[in-house]
Amino acid sequence: MKTFHTLSLLSAALLLSACGGAEGDKTQARGPDPKLPEQQSSLLPSMKIAEPTPWGEQKPKVPEGYSVTAIATDLAIPRQTLVLPNGDIIVAEGRGGSAAKLKPKDVIASLIKAEGNTKVKSGNRLTLLRDADGDGTYELKTVFADNLNAPYGLAFANGKLYVANQDALVSFDYADGQTKASGPPSKVTDLPAQINHHWTKSLAVSDDGSQLYVGIGSNSNVTERGMEVEIDRAMVWQIDAATGAHKPYATGLRNPTALTIQPDSGKLWTVVNERDELGPDLVPDYLTSVQEGAFYGWPYSYWGQNVDPRAQPQNPAKVAAAIKPDYSLGSHVAALGVDFSIPAMGEKFADGVFVGEHGSWNRDNPVGYKVIFVPFSNGKPSGEPIDFATGFRGDDGKTRGRPVGVTVDPKGALIIADDLANTVWRVTRNK
Amino acid sequence: MTTLPAYRYTPGPLHATLLAGTVPLFLGALLSDIAYGQTYQIQWANFASWLIAGGLVFAGFAFLFALVNLLRAERKAGQPTLYVLLLLATWVLGLVNAFQHAKDAYAMMPAGLVLSAIVLVLALASTWTGLRSGGAQ
Repeated sequence: MKTFHTLSLLSAALLLSACGGAEGDKTQARGPDPKLPEQQSSLLPSMKIAEPTPWGEQKPKVPEGYSVTAIATDLAIPRQTLVLPNGDIIVAEGRGGSAAKLKPKDVIASLIKAEGNTKVKSGNRLTLLRDADGDGTYELKTVFADNLNAPYGLAFANGKLYVANQDALVSFDYADGQTKASGPPSKVTDLPAQINHHWTKSLAVSDDGSQLYVGIGSNSNVTERGMEVEIDRAMVWQIDAATGAHKPYATGLRNPTALTIQPDSGKLWTVVNERDELGPDLVPDYLTSVQEGAFYGWPYSYWGQNVDPRAQPQNPAKVAAAIKPDYSLGSHVAALGVDFSIPAMGEKFADGVFVGEHGSWNRDNPVGYKVIFVPFSNGKPSGEPIDFATGFRGDDGKTRGRPVGVTVDPKGALIIADDLANTVWRVTRNK
Repeated sequence: MTTLPAYRYTPGPLHATLLAGTVPLFLGALLSDIAYGQTYQIQWANFASWLIAGGLVFAGFAFLFALVNLLRAERKAGQPTLYVLLLLATWVLGLVNAFQHAKDAYAMMPAGLVLSAIVLVLALASTWTGLRSGGAQ
């Protein structure tokens, strides 16, 4: 198998040196009506994999008048966070997925992409962080629950802590001040878990706690594992909290990696990661309100009626039915976190959403690797996104962190999970 | 029948096995591509990808044998240079085809099918030339 190994290395080298792309953010169409370029199909996808390096003395850069602190380090792949009513923070840690390698490409690509991620083992647990005296130092860091299966989405309602594992939605009974789960969780319902190419199960709960929403990613980039494995994938489920009964709430959402409920309106919003290998500026990842019963295009089309010829057999009826999302975040940014802001975050960031962008791989000129703020007015996104936390990918080309979940703390702080540095950051306004 | 010329020199058993093995591998890839085009069943595309990878391994080793034979030969008999060039073309286009097949879902078509056909013809020509008169001594 020596030759095959050599072949893999050669392919890897070719993949890494393949050219393409342009001037980072500038060519990226963002906002409600992005201009989409023609599809490109190069023999090799353009790639730039993150080169991880420790933060050392450095920190993410935040706007003037704000400070950032690492409130927890040495975690085991923190993804999403949740602020409990008493101010304690729950961190979901883990890595999932069990997708078989079907093609030589899968073998090579998984080796290459692994270079840009942490080598730490999946924590499969929830960690609780507590700042008892409110000085901004989270002096207590303790395991709230473990032996979970790649927990990701978190939500709290009516005395229950809901956790979306990669294979099931479970709940813990929670009493104020608890630092350890009183027992194993009870299952609300099983979630689609075959293959789990996109394994993250995002979660939000309606204001009254009666309905849960779970985002389920597709089982492929664009059906290259076959149409059969896409049943119950690329959609958001609505789950009745009392019975566990579910129904598809919205479909055609390739990978809805984070869900949140808009204050006041009670509307469900999501960020979605769109498909790769159509060029550096296709297809835009997006932020959108989730309309009940709507179809958002995947795999047949994107951003409305732009047909993706790679999904065969095609389905013109589905293409015609596809609706456009609300707001483009730019292609390949890999949005993995979203949360609505509150006035306590400061005037400039009072109305809008924060979005955590994990950063690109399928782009010669990397994008993402930061937390942005999308301003809203009248309940809708309006205007250009503003950088909120940057410096995760330094000017030296090294990557120190990769943002995932973002959570607004009612005390007026933004919690950012960093799954490369295994750190949780907290951004606060200077008094 | 014609009498074989005295200088004719054919590849040894291992060399010949590697060389001839490229034909069924690349043929299998072409047939798998046709099946994928007809049915959209992704498993055929997966088969094609691995058959091409296998074909590249066989063709790669056969090429090394052929090249070493050519360089070490005191007297170039038959068509060893043509044979080496044909094998090289097979391998290079086979590699391009492997990348084409690495594209997701139907993005590999129809170029993947066309390339598979060309690579099969090249593999046949290499094998024919190699086994008939590709030796060198």
